[in-house]
Amino acid sequence: MSATARVSADGKGKPVLEVRDIAKSFGGVHAVRGVSFDVFEGEILGLIGPNGSGKSTLFNCILGQLTPTRGTVSVDGQAVTGLRPSELNHKGISRTFQLLQVFPQLTVHENLILAGQEHRGTMFSRLFMPGDAGLGGEADRMINFFRLGHLRDEKAGGLSYGQQKLLDAAMAFMAGPRLVLLDEPAGGVNLTMLGALKERLQAVNRETGATFVVIEHNMEFVMSLCTRIIVLAEGQIIAEGPPETIRSNPDVIEAYLGH
Amino acid sequence: MSTLKRYQFPALIIALILLAAMPADLTGLGIPWTGFKRYGLYIISLWLVTAIAAMGVNLIMGYAGQETLAQAAFLGIGAYTMALLTTKLGVPYFVAFAAAGALCFVVGILLGFPALRVQKHYLAFVTLAFAVFVWLFIRNEQWLTGGVFGIQDVPRPVIFGIKTRPPLVFYWFVLFMTVVLAAVMWWLLRSPWGRAFTALRENPVRAESLGIDVRSYKLLAFAVGSAYGGFAGALYAPLVEFIDPAPFALGPSLYYLLMILVGGMGYFLGPFVGAAVGVLIPEWLRFTEGLAPIIFAVIVMIMVALAPRGILGLIEQLLTPKRRPHSDVTGPTLGAGATLTKSSAEKVTS
Amino acid sequence: MTDFLQLVISGLATGAIYALAAIGFTLLWQTTQTINFAQGEFMMLPAFFALAAMRWAGAPFWLACIVAILCSVLVLGIGYKKIIIDPLRGQPGLAVVISTLALAIFLKDSVKDIYSAEAQPFPTILPDTMLSFGGVNISLAQIGVLVVATVVILVLNWFLTQTRTGRQMQATAQNPTVAKILGVDIDRMVLYTFLINAALAGMASLLISPIYLAKFSNGEVLGLAAFVAAIVGGFNQVRGAIVGGLVIGVVDNLAAAYVSTAYRQAVPLVLLVLVILFRPQGILGRKEERTV
Repeated sequence: MSATARVSADGKGKPVLEVRDIAKSFGGVHAVRGVSFDVFEGEILGLIGPNGSGKSTLFNCILGQLTPTRGTVSVDGQAVTGLRPSELNHKGISRTFQLLQVFPQLTVHENLILAGQEHRGTMFSRLFMPGDAGLGGEADRMINFFRLGHLRDEKAGGLSYGQQKLLDAAMAFMAGPRLVLLDEPAGGVNLTMLGALKERLQAVNRETGATFVVIEHNMEFVMSLCTRIIVLAEGQIIAEGPPETIRSNPDVIEAYLGH
Repeated sequence: MSTLKRYQFPALIIALILLAAMPADLTGLGIPWTGFKRYGLYIISLWLVTAIAAMGVNLIMGYAGQETLAQAAFLGIGAYTMALLTTKLGVPYFVAFAAAGALCFVVGILLGFPALRVQKHYLAFVTLAFAVFVWLFIRNEQWLTGGVFGIQDVPRPVIFGIKTRPPLVFYWFVLFMTVVLAAVMWWLLRSPWGRAFTALRENPVRAESLGIDVRSYKLLAFAVGSAYGGFAGALYAPLVEFIDPAPFALGPSLYYLLMILVGGMGYFLGPFVGAAVGVLIPEWLRFTEGLAPIIFAVIVMIMVALAPRGILGLIEQLLTPKRRPHSDVTGPTLGAGATLTKSSAEKVTS
Repeated sequence: MTDFLQLVISGLATGAIYALAAIGFTLLWQTTQTINFAQGEFMMLPAFFALAAMRWAGAPFWLACIVAILCSVLVLGIGYKKIIIDPLRGQPGLAVVISTLALAIFLKDSVKDIYSAEAQPFPTILPDTMLSFGGVNISLAQIGVLVVATVVILVLNWFLTQTRTGRQMQATAQNPTVAKILGVDIDRMVLYTFLINAALAGMASLLISPIYLAKFSNGEVLGLAAFVAAIVGGFNQVRGAIVGGLVIGVVDNLAAAYVSTAYRQAVPLVLLVLVILFRPQGILGRKEERTV
């Protein structure tokens, strides 16, 4: 892991990700209704909102998992709308899923190699690479970084939920991404692991300068992790700002508590 | 897998020595064993040839999670390529052997490309159609394939001056080729490709998000697996020395899936065990006069329900001691089971 | 031209039978996400139930037909669900593929061993009398097939769209989670789907056997026709299955007349490949959201 720390842009400088007027409807249901925002280099942006506010749909539109009804997504000024998830990944965008997505039959070490191998050489040349695609050392560093050293050769399926969640997050960083979208990283993780997870995510952010977008339900977690927060309700942005102003914003409180 | 793994290598060497020596007449060495007769040699050679084709199916199904219903058709393409090139054009054996595999690889790409663009199961349908089409072609194009009369006197090769005409020598030749092809498969599965195949079987959505070009890998798995069918066919033709359309029909193609399941899908040795059951059971059940397919089908249906990981899966289960899952301090014990893939895929579309 | 019309009409008659099997196939896919690779054998077997009832129990034809449908519902509906599909719950889709392939072999070889390996003549519902409509000759039997198939499809359509149970079945097929929340008895609806599939396969069997003769190996050809019909029409639509069935019936019949008989079987397959290439969602199918 390269340790070139970059200064957090604090909402200034060049945007890494530009989302413009994204909308998505399923049949007659408008899940996302024209959302625009920028994400700046090195920041940790939180995306929050009550259930059904369209967070996950928005995420999946950005990530090529769903095709948006309208709107564009650009990374570093380059349009990426409609690209397949694997193509986006090769453009330096990485993600985790809301539900655990590790490969249970592979070991922790193999999971991490898998997460990085497609960024080595060409598809043809990978056939002639050693089994670890030259990523064995890198995977070990990542394992130690996420404090999974003692579980290196265990099948991922045998790990506890919290450990799998750490592995899941670690996998997102194997390819050295510029932009990481984390879908509820804290979901289902117990208190002990939660602290470790947050601390590690902040450490990766510091060390690699990677930009994060985080969807999260756990308010405590999101408020202490993120530098800026966007609040979504009924498919639209209702508030945006640093955690402390979001916490006291009456619109946000109303959106969460309802009438 | 770890328990099996520990014994894998020494067991393999012993098995190979046994396989090489078993059919031979050992009385000259002072061992009271007269070896196999002609028919026994045929059956054991057929087992290996079937296992090669089954290895291809195992790659496609067991490792990459796709469905192919045309392996016998690829076997047919390989067998007819070999037969035509050697009998009509006098092409050297290994050139024809390579041509058989290459042709099947290319056909696999052409067939898989449209099918894999679409939905799950479409590869199964396209290969089903293809299997029927190949069979019709072989049967109808008499000018090329000899139609129902087939092609006779497919020669057995001469390798470094050694004539493989005698059944025992040909068996050794088949055994050698099997070992080579198995080694290539082993190497393929240990390469990053093998890991990508496993990933797209277990969780294609996550695999895609990690930059794995799921479509291309599926296509490659299918094409390479089909090429193994072609290689098997190129060994089958000189083994039987006379080929006709019957063994390459749709029915035999379907049998390959069943063999893989019985042997153990996704296990490296699964195809060998499955092919043994698929080739030997009909021999043993010869006395039942036609009941063999029924018995085989019942075994498969029972195994799918009770032992979906096949014979090797059962053995592994018996050899592996029960282990407790890891747990962190007070974490919820939600294991990541096989169901995860499905629920997460639903999540993405919801 | 009259030849052509004649071919089209007799094609529609066989096509209507394929449509029956394709509808069952599609319903099962929608509701259970399983593909029945033994569907062809499901169209082969019921004719033998009828033959057995006539030969061994001396039943008249009409009674034999009822017996065949009932046996079909019992064996291919309830039996298939309880013995083959239910034990595979929670397993990946491949398990059902393999199990139904094995089932196909089992049914085929059982009929061959228990009844006969020879093709059996099978009585028609209406006699083979030729009628002439302005030079176009159509047999009464063909009209009978068309009428019966149309009535069955109309009744099924009425059932699915107009009755409470039918609508509950459709809700289950479209979104089982929501259907469950709305209080639909999911398990019952799934069972009904299996019963309907078996009954449709039974009807198809009784209608097709006079044309093809009843033979243990018929399943391969019939199953393929049903698959192709379902996919060509649109995998996720009952209407698609009907259109697909009719298209395949007509194409198949025209191919038999105008293409060499040797490749007759291949023509629907070419159609299948063309559809997959150029209109993968089928003639009437909806595009599904990309998941991978």
